Amino acid sequence: MKPPAIRCFGLTKRYGGIDAVYDVELTLYHGELLVILGPSACGKTTLLRMIAGFEYPDRGTLAVEGRILAGPGILEAPEKRNIGMVAQDYALFPHMNVAENVSYGLDRKTDRVSRIKESLDLVGLTELEHRMPHELSGGEQQRVALARALAPKPDVILLDEPFSNLDMGLRSHLRAEVRWILKKAEATAIFVTHDQEDAMYLGDRIAVMHSGRLEQVDTPEEVYTKPLTRFVAEFMGHAQFLPVYLKDGALVTEVGKLSNTENGIQGDVIEVMVRPDDISIEADPEGGGVIIERVFLGTHYIYTVRLSSGEKIKVFSEHREKHPLFTKVVVKLNTHYYPMCLVDGEPRLRDIGVAYQRIAKKQNRA
Amino acid sequence: MILPIIYLCIRSFSDASEAWDLFFRERTIRTFFRTAMLIIGVTGASIAIAVPIAWFTVRSNLPFRRVITVMAILPLSIPSYVGALVVIAVLGPKGSLQQGLEMLFNVERLPEIYGLPGAMLSLTLMSYPFVLLTVRSGLFKLDMALEETSRSLGSGQVLTFFRITLPQLRSSIAAGALLVALYTLSDFGAVSLLRYETFSWSIFLQYEGFNRGLAAVQSLMLVVVAFLILFGENKMRGKGRYYRVTSGAIRPLILMSLGRWRWPVFTFCTSIIFASLAVPVAILCYWTIQGLYAGQTLDLMWGRALNSILISISASVITVVASLPIAFLSIRYPSWLNTLLEKLCYVGFALPGIVVALALIFFGINLAPLLYQTVFLLLFAYLILFLPVALGVLRASILQVNPSIEESARSLGRARFWVLMTITLPLLRPAILAGASLVFIATLKELPATLLLSPPGFQTLATSIWFAASEAFFARAAAPALLLILLASIPTTWLLLREGNLKQ
Repeated sequence: MKPPAIRCFGLTKRYGGIDAVYDVELTLYHGELLVILGPSACGKTTLLRMIAGFEYPDRGTLAVEGRILAGPGILEAPEKRNIGMVAQDYALFPHMNVAENVSYGLDRKTDRVSRIKESLDLVGLTELEHRMPHELSGGEQQRVALARALAPKPDVILLDEPFSNLDMGLRSHLRAEVRWILKKAEATAIFVTHDQEDAMYLGDRIAVMHSGRLEQVDTPEEVYTKPLTRFVAEFMGHAQFLPVYLKDGALVTEVGKLSNTENGIQGDVIEVMVRPDDISIEADPEGGGVIIERVFLGTHYIYTVRLSSGEKIKVFSEHREKHPLFTKVVVKLNTHYYPMCLVDGEPRLRDIGVAYQRIAKKQNRA
Repeated sequence: MILPIIYLCIRSFSDASEAWDLFFRERTIRTFFRTAMLIIGVTGASIAIAVPIAWFTVRSNLPFRRVITVMAILPLSIPSYVGALVVIAVLGPKGSLQQGLEMLFNVERLPEIYGLPGAMLSLTLMSYPFVLLTVRSGLFKLDMALEETSRSLGSGQVLTFFRITLPQLRSSIAAGALLVALYTLSDFGAVSLLRYETFSWSIFLQYEGFNRGLAAVQSLMLVVVAFLILFGENKMRGKGRYYRVTSGAIRPLILMSLGRWRWPVFTFCTSIIFASLAVPVAILCYWTIQGLYAGQTLDLMWGRALNSILISISASVITVVASLPIAFLSIRYPSWLNTLLEKLCYVGFALPGIVVALALIFFGINLAPLLYQTVFLLLFAYLILFLPVALGVLRASILQVNPSIEESARSLGRARFWVLMTITLPLLRPAILAGASLVFIATLKELPATLLLSPPGFQTLATSIWFAASEAFFARAAAPALLLILLASIPTTWLLLREGNLKQ
């Protein structure tokens, strides 16, 4: 069996007493696109540069295609790693034309002409061979940078914030294209980004990074719906936490009953993550909630509802459901999956049920 | 600005057949080749010295990088004629080196230093800092991502330097080379003391020999060569495609470890500094002390020093005041007229001092006899010569002042002039000071125009050094030379330390 494309064991990098990257464990398989997602200064770029060879790890081992590139007593130079890189601003060599840029990393033995053509065909820029970098648009520059990185057939290709310099329209267009090109080239790639949408669009898997640590590595669906930590839940967007109570033998929140009650859970304060698309509202003069804000976003409305407890909660509604401000509403929970819950502030998953016994015991005592 | 060129044309073509005759006279052609050889030699040698020093001080772990940088740039404050003086004193017949060798090995003659070798040596050692400055600032602007990408594509450090870094530096090298070439072309002091007949010295000799037709023709050729150099620099810079293509975060510079080459490189840098700074200063000190022992007085020198300082300060004030509106108009109100005005000012850049001096003498005698042989005409010459220097600094700085700052001030209800005085000028203060100090240094060192246009009896440090040195009274030249270097090195050092990128 082939070894995984990349393996990191306990990669750690310290800067001035602070762990920029701490104990990163990561395995990447052939043809897989992985996105490292995190806020700025979370260590994601440092991790990428360690893999490329421009930073050396203080601890840990990095292996690509079963070959150890960095580890105790081993440090391979960047030019010997066979790892391609696309810099944030593409870093096209301004004194070389497109073809010269693309052929830069090819060694003498390869058939340069056909390889240049092949790479440019792949990114769809065959006619631009003789253009200079400054004569290209932002999107074209990016595709040339991609062709240049792919031309020497690297084991892995690294992309540092590839879309951060582009405006929204071009961005979503290029995202699709870059994914398509990489898949067609059967490349193994690691992206770094701070944009959740980019991450979900591009990644076969997403690695969420926070203060130098990888908090969760999973498919986009898993990361969004089953975050392992509070940070992941909040960073993926729209996370709101509601307290859980015991009522008539069932676990309930202010917006409804939790349907799934399984195994054991220990804790005094339980909160459950509720995303705005997991709940709905209905106008009802008897309802406990009041709409205090409404934003129209085309495809849907975002309502902010103040619950009777004073808690504020955001709800997504269809664009047809227009309610005036200060309408009284009932809020309904309609989760179809096990919601993530926090027990005493600690994240727990898929085991809401036992909380039942715990809370029941507590209430009996009282 | 156009005045000197008009003068030259009138002068050269007043008798057309004679002019053409003079043009192709063997002597003129020889002078042309001598000039070209000197320019190529000095420019090439300066690049060869300055590019490595620049790279080592910016990008490597060379020990004492800051000190080395300042010391390597300081020769800029040594005038070429002082450099030539030192070269003659050390390497010339009966110079220090020959005398030392005679004592040890009984060597009686050294290879001839007068002519091309001496001129090349002294001019290279005094002008390589131009290239050092431009290449250093070029290195600071380099995008590290380019080098990293090159390495991730399989090129090692050395290969990356030649394939990526050096081509990026081309325009910086060209800009520095332009300064060196124009400096060499217009240099009068070093070539005259080392008796190497380039255009500027030849013109001076013709003029002194009352052969003014030939002087004018040669001046015109000199201007043509200057424009050729400007044109060449434009070519070498390429079609303006060496800018970074997109904006983005620039990574901090990465310092390369020199490993076991660290101390050999250090030795290389210090030996250049030794030859271009330490030796001249040491020799001048030695002579000054010897002169004092021999009973020479310094009385005359103080008056001349005062002349030098006063005229240099006046020149820098006039030049900066004149360049401010030109720079401001050409950037904020770019009509064709303002742009043309600005471009014309750069002509002064290509006009050697000797040409400007000759033109102004003609102008003074024929059109403004009241001004002739007064300080005002001399100041006017400085203005023509150094306007481009001040203009360059100010333009760069005005370009950095975002017009929206001025617009906000005006939308807050302030009149245009008030905004200029309270917002724009204060923002430009560093550039004004920098431009003024550059003009001050240049005026202090200027020789040919000062020599030809000074009112009778008006002597500066520069002229007194040249008179003493050309008559081989080295000891008498030493004290003013030392004082001149000291005066020029104060603003130079200030400019250098103010420069943020020295802090690394």
